[in-house]
Amino acid sequence: MTLIEMKDVWKTYPNGVMALNGIDIYIDKGEFVYVVGPSGAGKSTFVKCMYREEKPTKGSILIQGTDLAKLRERHIPKMRRKIGVIFQDFKLLPKLTVYENVAFALEVIEESPKVIRQRVMEVLDLVGLKNKARSFPDELSGGEQQRVSIARSIVNRPPVIIADEPTGNLDPETAWEIMDIFKEINERGTTVVMATHNKDIVNSFKKRVIAIEGGRIVRDEQKGEYGYEI
Amino acid sequence: MKSRTLKRHFAEAFKSLGRNGWMSFASVSAVTVTLLLVGVFLVVLLNLNHLASQIEGDVEIRAYIDRTTKQTEYNDLQQKMEQIPNVNEVKFQSKEDGLQELIKSLGDEGKAFSSLKNENPLPDAFIIKTKKPQDTSTVASEIEKYDHIKKVDYGQGTVERLFKVTGVARNVGLVLIVGLIFTAMFLISNTIKLTIVSRRKEIEIMKLVGATNGFIRWPFFIEGFVLGLMGAIIPILVVVFGYQFLHGQVNNQLDTVFVKLLPVYPMVLQLSVMLAVIGGLIGVWGSMTSVRKFLKV
Repeated sequence: MTLIEMKDVWKTYPNGVMALNGIDIYIDKGEFVYVVGPSGAGKSTFVKCMYREEKPTKGSILIQGTDLAKLRERHIPKMRRKIGVIFQDFKLLPKLTVYENVAFALEVIEESPKVIRQRVMEVLDLVGLKNKARSFPDELSGGEQQRVSIARSIVNRPPVIIADEPTGNLDPETAWEIMDIFKEINERGTTVVMATHNKDIVNSFKKRVIAIEGGRIVRDEQKGEYGYEI
Repeated sequence: MKSRTLKRHFAEAFKSLGRNGWMSFASVSAVTVTLLLVGVFLVVLLNLNHLASQIEGDVEIRAYIDRTTKQTEYNDLQQKMEQIPNVNEVKFQSKEDGLQELIKSLGDEGKAFSSLKNENPLPDAFIIKTKKPQDTSTVASEIEKYDHIKKVDYGQGTVERLFKVTGVARNVGLVLIVGLIFTAMFLISNTIKLTIVSRRKEIEIMKLVGATNGFIRWPFFIEGFVLGLMGAIIPILVVVFGYQFLHGQVNNQLDTVFVKLLPVYPMVLQLSVMLAVIGGLIGVWGSMTSVRKFLKV
């Protein structure tokens, strides 16, 4: 079943930079997809279009049948709830505890306190941070912070997780710990789309690889290789 | 919206007021200072306006009638005057009444005129009040054209100057108040903007996890309103107690010149409500305009 479908997507920024030049792609439910490519090739734009931080200049992006390119401004929040987003810089709220940071994603969709408590503890358990629920982000290591942000992204059970260089700020060992969590999430049936520069991970944990260069898809292989020298 | 959510919004608003303590303080101070100015200014202006109205209200036209005029023509004259569009009221004052009033207004010196009672030199007169004091001179010149009118008197020259002064004073006051309120709006919204800029990351994350704009706005809405209201407290106290004090001190002395300040109540109550409303609205406006910029993620 197709979860994400991009048809002839173009993106030109107001300053004239042509980030995407005709992208066509299908991503099925339950897939694990790496998005690779040199810096400035359009990886980030590709990912940002998926959660509608950027709106394509042309073309359509369907997520579960909804076209993001045509989506009305006021319908964006509903759509975002179907997508968990993870960033290189974690984007945690410094003044909230780990628990509150994760619960935040459920508060905004007006879940009942009971459900919130239960689900937050569930995902904190999954990422192995149950005992740090009361800590603040600055008391945690980088890897732990990223695990909190993963917990936040999956707590409302979206069908797809989009991660923009989630291991970019982490040392190799920690990066692997994070990958284990992504593996786990993927095995539970959630689609994962991950933009990454991490050659080791792509080459050892083999999954579908989409390579983007100059705003086009130059390679799309199942069980692919990273294919670039760093 | 669920009531639980509303409760959350209130809790969030007050939490962030406390967490951003100094910024809240800065915003409240900005509101306080500007509303204080606005309040004091309003008190002064409303009173000036009131005094001007009292003085203007004293302006009336006296149309003296020829002695040769027959009694029957009086009624025609009165009717004609009453039909002038801007005229509010026409009163007849017989020469006897006129003399009486003159004697009274002159006090002790007036007694000298008492002997004139039998040989009254004054003519009969109509006293005309216009609907708007500013119409006095046009009405007067109209009446002057009528037959049987010997002379029209309304303090020519002085009255025109008086109206010019009060007119200018009112306009200047209005401009100043509007200017002050605008300054207040910008000063306050800028201060509030600072508190919100420091929270743009929070807003961005809220948007990314799927919060609706309305959901994000609510706490800011409440926070802005509370900031504005808190800023209005001191100005309201100053206006209420300050004016009470001033009124007590000044009003007795003004008695000698036949004018009065506006009574303390209900003016201070109206002003208090007004200051609170202005504060609240400006607070909300400031925080809403600032949030709007960051909602476009």
